Amino acid sequence: MEGLKVSDASLIVYVDPSKSTKVSQAVLRELSSLLFKFNENFEGVVLAYDVQIQDERAKILPAMHPYFGVSLKAKLLLFAPKPNMLLEGKVVKLTQTSIHVIVLGFSSAVITDEDIRKEFKYKTKHGEELYASRSHKRHVIKVGTMIRFLVKSFDEELLHISGSLVPINTGSIRWLAKNMEDVPLIDRSTTKRGESEGDTVIQQHYTVVGEAYSWHSDPQIKKSKKRKIKEES
Amino acid sequence: MGAEELVNGKAEFHEMEEDDNFSDSELVYHVRDALSSVSSGDSDSYNQLVGVLHHTERLAPEDVALLVTSLKALSGAVSYIDIVLHETLLSSIFRMNMWNYGPDVMDALLELIISLAASNGKHVNSCLEMLVSNFTPPNSFVNMLKQPRGLARKDQVLSRVHSALKHIADLVPLAPSILCPIISQRMPIYDKEPLAVIYVENMLKLESGAIGEFVMSTMLMGLMDMLIEFDVEIGWEDILQDDSSKGIFQMELENVDEIADYDEEDGTEMFMQLSRELTRKSLGGSLIAEKLDSLMALTFEHLESCKDSGRLVEVFEHLLDSFRITVLTAYKSKFAQFVMFYACALDPENCGVRFAMLLADIFVREDYPLPFRMSAVAYLASYLSRANFLSAPLVAGMLKRLVDWSFEYCKTKGAVMDPTSHRLFYSACQAIMYVLCFRMKSMMDVAWFKSHLLIEPILNHKLSPLKVCLPSIVDEFCRQAEAACLFTSSEEFIFNYSLESEHSRAFGGIERLDMFFPFDPCLLKKSDRYIRPHFVYWSMVRPPYDDDDEGSIDEDVEQELDLDVSKMSITPRNSMAYWIQNGLEEPRGMPARIRPSTSPESL
Repeated sequence: MEGLKVSDASLIVYVDPSKSTKVSQAVLRELSSLLFKFNENFEGVVLAYDVQIQDERAKILPAMHPYFGVSLKAKLLLFAPKPNMLLEGKVVKLTQTSIHVIVLGFSSAVITDEDIRKEFKYKTKHGEELYASRSHKRHVIKVGTMIRFLVKSFDEELLHISGSLVPINTGSIRWLAKNMEDVPLIDRSTTKRGESEGDTVIQQHYTVVGEAYSWHSDPQIKKSKKRKIKEES
Repeated sequence: MGAEELVNGKAEFHEMEEDDNFSDSELVYHVRDALSSVSSGDSDSYNQLVGVLHHTERLAPEDVALLVTSLKALSGAVSYIDIVLHETLLSSIFRMNMWNYGPDVMDALLELIISLAASNGKHVNSCLEMLVSNFTPPNSFVNMLKQPRGLARKDQVLSRVHSALKHIADLVPLAPSILCPIISQRMPIYDKEPLAVIYVENMLKLESGAIGEFVMSTMLMGLMDMLIEFDVEIGWEDILQDDSSKGIFQMELENVDEIADYDEEDGTEMFMQLSRELTRKSLGGSLIAEKLDSLMALTFEHLESCKDSGRLVEVFEHLLDSFRITVLTAYKSKFAQFVMFYACALDPENCGVRFAMLLADIFVREDYPLPFRMSAVAYLASYLSRANFLSAPLVAGMLKRLVDWSFEYCKTKGAVMDPTSHRLFYSACQAIMYVLCFRMKSMMDVAWFKSHLLIEPILNHKLSPLKVCLPSIVDEFCRQAEAACLFTSSEEFIFNYSLESEHSRAFGGIERLDMFFPFDPCLLKKSDRYIRPHFVYWSMVRPPYDDDDEGSIDEDVEQELDLDVSKMSITPRNSMAYWIQNGLEEPRGMPARIRPSTSPESL
């Protein structure tokens, strides 16, 4: 599956003075607040982090509240779907007009009937709704099936994906895996090319993300005062 | 179904009139056309569609059929609905109130809402808001809620709303995180009692429902916040002014001076146990109190159901957080803390112990603000005294912790008596004495208690806690301590009944934390019914100096006792009858005889 990447990030977390005895806890808390949200600086949704505090010393901000900046190196697992990437997900609902998929257990995707290739026909079999391929009888998509689909667009705020089943290399993953041999060679090569392109894309992102870290003083990463007050009170 | 219904339908879509038989998919395509033609400037069919959704008043069967059909067709065309282009349509959908419709329309509407939420991330928020707004009926419906028909409608609506929420959460896994803030923001603080109660019912239903795992913390915190909100609306002054103006305490107090004192200090209530009759008089008029009472009762019911389903410990952790953050920090919370009390009563081994530990931990934590630490110890003292479900060893253990802390304090920080700068110490001492007033006998039965507890050096210390703490507590404590031979050298303590209370005022600070007894009898009528079986009233306490009277009741002693107790408490008149009526076991520490109430008959 595409859309996942690991980035090395160097970060500075500004810790409230009241948390000076529990720095690592405060840092983890701050990083956890990034989880499952799209972050423009990382250009992706943070799914997991592995963090190392770089220096025992921290720079103190001269201000009313002497926050101190703890510099970190973190490995971040990011989910950053882009149009034309291939994603995988589980079908949770299927109607005549749409297929609803959940990717990685948290991001919802929808494929409307216009984006389902004509090869698939909507049927009701034994009361169960499904899409079956006209050309390959065993290629069936129903609730519970893992499918591979193409990203049309990604709503970063709500982590909502609009997908498509038009390309020939999309559909039930199980069927695709078994029947790759049957698919004409041209198709396979496109798939492969697609994958390798994905790799280079990831490589590029590494560097981009690496550069993106000049935003240390971003207020988001600062321990917000408001939250601090909440914790104490 | 759509096709058949259309036969009788009013058929606002002119095309539909031409043919009696439309398949569902044809309808969907028709609606899709209507939606997409808006962008090209032709909005006739679209406007008709919007018009259909606007029918709310007195729907004829054919109107209902048309509405259902339109909604179903829309569900198939959700991907064509544009958030800007079809704003009027969306707002009419979201404005539809499920309470106004029959089950057919409800189902069709919810199907549409679910499809909308799943079709595009942009609709999720509005869909969830629409569902939450259906938690409560429209104002006009409130009176119907008491009738069977109204209750049936309530069930119909709410079961559907909740299943829709679950459905959306299945399709959009992050929906609960969007739902939580919506629910918190829409809490009906200022609404009428029935609406507030229904809303909270919904919150609790969500908490125990399929998506409870994700929303539990928000729901419980929200609930506690709401309780506190109402709690602080009811001032101590309101309660007390009401009472004293009616002269309710006159019978119980020894003389007029004390009544005057009472007015000034607003505090002698600590030992005053107000009867249920009194409760009705003093709080009955307050709508807020009634609302709070109903919500508390609802919460208690919910806690019971949590216990039955084995979730209480989990729920309790969230309640503890909430307690720590909101209740403890609220200025002299009066009622909300009984939620904790009841949860503890339901599971004394886990929750009950956990709560005591938390309070003691907060008290000893140096990094906590001083007033919260003093509140924590006041909560602890009141809890240990009033809860009849706590084991003697636990209480003894907690007391030992407080005594050890105080002893250490004397050694390290104690110099001379100074009520203001040693507030924390005096609050700890008062807590120890207060608990012992209630528990002296059972503590004496704990084998190691007497020998291991270094109370004497603390009380004899130069910090003179006996002079600073509340005189009424000190008096009672000294009497009991003497009778129980708690001290080796009892002659050192002179029971000076005219002890000053300026000192106690000083250590209590402007917050008067010296007078804070959070678990004094609950003044709310419905809530009290839940708390009562787990509660130790002062009248149930048998002080050690009462020991000799057991069996043979001496007239004089009784009289003396009466006099004394009347200072401390007003026993509810029907307290004994209550136990018997309800077939409850007598609570521990119940004295051999219950003193009849001194509450005047007129109350």
